Amino acid sequence: MFWQMLKGAMLRQKQRMLMVALTLALGVSLATAMLNVMLDVGDKVNQELKAYGANITVTPKNSSVLKDIYGLEGDTAHKEYLQEADLGKIKTIFWTNNIVAFAPSLESKIDIEGQKEAVPLVGTWFDYALQLPTGETIQTGEKYLKSWWSVDGQWVRDDDLQAVMLGKRLADTLGLKVGDKIEYRAPGAPQKETLTIKGIFSSGGQEEDGMFAPLAFVQKLNQLQGKIDKIEVSAITTPENDLAKKAATDPKSLSMKEYEVWYCTAYVGSIAFQIEEAIQNSIAKPVRQVAESEGRILEKTQMLMLLITALSLLSSALGISNLVSANIMERSKELGLLKALGATNLAVSVLILTEIFITGFFGGVFGYFIGLGFAQIIGHTVFDSSIAINLMVIPLDIVLMTLVILMGSLPAMRMLLSLRPAAVLHGR
Amino acid sequence: MSLLELKNVCMTYGKVKALQDINLVVEKGEWLALMGPSGSGKTTLMNIIGCMDKATSGSIILDERDLSNVSKNELTSFRRDKIGLVFQQFHLIPYLTAVENVMIAQYYHSMPDEAEALAALDRVGLKDRATHLPSQLSGGEQQRVCIARALINYPMLILADEPTGNLDEANEEIVMKIFHELHAEGHTILTVTHDMEVGKQAEKCIIIDHGRIAESKYNR
Repeated sequence: MFWQMLKGAMLRQKQRMLMVALTLALGVSLATAMLNVMLDVGDKVNQELKAYGANITVTPKNSSVLKDIYGLEGDTAHKEYLQEADLGKIKTIFWTNNIVAFAPSLESKIDIEGQKEAVPLVGTWFDYALQLPTGETIQTGEKYLKSWWSVDGQWVRDDDLQAVMLGKRLADTLGLKVGDKIEYRAPGAPQKETLTIKGIFSSGGQEEDGMFAPLAFVQKLNQLQGKIDKIEVSAITTPENDLAKKAATDPKSLSMKEYEVWYCTAYVGSIAFQIEEAIQNSIAKPVRQVAESEGRILEKTQMLMLLITALSLLSSALGISNLVSANIMERSKELGLLKALGATNLAVSVLILTEIFITGFFGGVFGYFIGLGFAQIIGHTVFDSSIAINLMVIPLDIVLMTLVILMGSLPAMRMLLSLRPAAVLHGR
Repeated sequence: MSLLELKNVCMTYGKVKALQDINLVVEKGEWLALMGPSGSGKTTLMNIIGCMDKATSGSIILDERDLSNVSKNELTSFRRDKIGLVFQQFHLIPYLTAVENVMIAQYYHSMPDEAEALAALDRVGLKDRATHLPSQLSGGEQQRVCIARALINYPMLILADEPTGNLDEANEEIVMKIFHELHAEGHTILTVTHDMEVGKQAEKCIIIDHGRIAESKYNR
């Protein structure tokens, strides 16, 4: 009997039920899209933010201490180096998959023919195929780390030891362009040698006053084979919270449980800590400005999406509230009759709520699939990639849909409870 | 012991006194007609007797139970178990068939039983119209479905509010014949009407005017 009444009532008010289903579908579709994007956006936004450079720098422990305490650097101090051979260890840490790119550097100066002052020269990897201790090979280097550089010409090949890239300001000062050759004299070398300018880069930073060459060339030039003095690492990180801030102040202040949570979360601090563990005699420092900006942007993006989800669900609830209230008013005589025949408030409420939940179920399923489509549109429009379908969204949608239906039905239910059969059956 | 007893029942809506000091006794098997002009208070009285409203003051004793202090839920349960309602406007559920409209009263009372519902329709001469929707039935047929629905749970009291108010003469005759049969079977009936002819067919007439019982008389 219950199902006969339900079926009859729902078929009789097809249009209104369709409106309820569509209203709910709209809310669920936006919630699905936003939740899927939000759960995937961490990685997406982080990937986008990685275009703005490294967020961890690794330097030799002692030189870092000297620099921190005395501000000493370069030739004025006894210089410490890291080992190029240790670079692969960065990809062996717990958060290895979060390491997007890294590049070593060895800073030096070079005397160029016709220039009074030596020019800053940085040896680095550009697009280096690195063999990892695990046997895998990865491509990494400045090309991946500094993707925002605008390069006129081409990136230098790591095995081309007679090629360099010039910063735009240096090239302008020297009046050089791509393809030109520059002569230099290596320390102690009897004759001049030639380097070819393969590319001129514009970065907007101080690097534009210098030149970049393959690491092997700079190591050879300075008799520092296998040595590097800095590593820049770009890692996908989790926004910092109180625990991360506490650890940043003093990791020893963490309890064992806190330490485990901190270590197993991709905070910039914990990744830096793990890099220090992997590379001997190194100090890995988070570039807090970048890390915090990433965290803030991510938090704000997620907050915006949560807000859109909440507002869309609220508007659905309001829409449902109107539709269900109108439905109750329209059917007041019928519902009053049920009460007059002995139906309790609970029985009538269950009947109405079942109608709405069944309608909502179809609306929700429809909305879910539409939402998946919206998520992909957002993914391709904003992040230029697909959004991963997260099954976690389904139970969240069910909970949110239930809340929306209950919230939306609340005014109508109050109306239903206050319905007096004597009044409605006599047209009052 | 009488089936229904009203003692000093009053009903006010704000400052309006709809009923004042109503005292009434209805014996088992009796057929009473509540009569009076529009606005006299007869429907208000019917709603109170039918457990659809609570009186402002006074006591209503139905089947030895005082209804003046019971909760809304108890009132609902009392209405479901003891009273059969017949309305002037029939009030059938438009998307359910005649038999389903009868079964709905069973559903909220105990358990739907189609055979019993069909028997009730047969009792009012509508077995062959059991699968018709209300929109496919005439006014008289709809009222007979309404009577079948009122009878299905074997109520102690049948309350009929203007049962012939929306019917033509022929259908009025059919419906009144059913009421006579029910009375003859021993059912207690209380009809509310302003139609003298309908009122005269009851055993006893109670005339209500301005919320008070103006006259109480036996018709034969």
